[in-house]
Amino acid sequence: MAFPDRIERTVELPHPPGKVWPALTTAEGPSSWFGHKAEIDLRPGGAGRVTWDSGYRVEMRVERVEEPTVFGFTWQIQELPEDDPRRTYVEFTLEPLGAGTRLTVVETGFAQMPEDVHGKACDSHTQGWATELGELAGHLDAG
Amino acid sequence: MPADAETIAEQVFAALADPTRRAILATLAAGGPPTATDLAAHLPITRQAIAKHLALLAEAGLVAAEPGKRRRVRYGLRSAPMQVAQQFLAVMARDWEAPLAALRDHLDRSATHDTKTEMERTR
Repeated sequence: MAFPDRIERTVELPHPPGKVWPALTTAEGPSSWFGHKAEIDLRPGGAGRVTWDSGYRVEMRVERVEEPTVFGFTWQIQELPEDDPRRTYVEFTLEPLGAGTRLTVVETGFAQMPEDVHGKACDSHTQGWATELGELAGHLDAG
Repeated sequence: MPADAETIAEQVFAALADPTRRAILATLAAGGPPTATDLAAHLPITRQAIAKHLALLAEAGLVAAEPGKRRRVRYGLRSAPMQVAQQFLAVMARDWEAPLAALRDHLDRSATHDTKTEMERTR
């Protein structure tokens, strides 16, 4: 069994790509179906953010903008702690299908390894704390 | 420590499958690094059994022995393998069905709205 890295879903929508595209890429779009409020700077490297009324929010970075066929962004893995640096890449592809759209979403990057899994960063982190606590103790002793 | 994610996840889930090992990990997470003797005082099993479980947890990379005062070894949590297992769970927990269904509803509502506006305009 391989470690799962990729999720793919396809839906057929009875709406043309010209209608689906703004629902994915404008601030008004995702705030109507994904979260409660959305902001997006629609250019590669641009920042995006979706917030929920609960206070929960997810930050994204726009990677690909090819209107009206490809929209890609990276975002935090929502199930991981907020300070986790790992990101998955989400790409929406819109294909005309009769009068509607075949929309495919692919999310990849779940299997990337945390940086400290090999122990080095982890040890240096632990070391850092030990040093800081040692310094604090020294500071208190001196005082 | 094994290098590939699959092996790490397998060891973490095997470690977590046992209630005593979950109790040991929970104790370590809650109160910092205790000694095997401290753990034995908290948990209803022998010190020998705890040592055996700690060995398995150390093998999985989930705990590490740290030298303490008076040559007493303390056990601390290591989060890296747990983060790998979390990724595995993240894939399983990721829900695209609900957002895509919500997107479809949103587009349907917008289209209905557009049609109504259009009808009002041409009336």
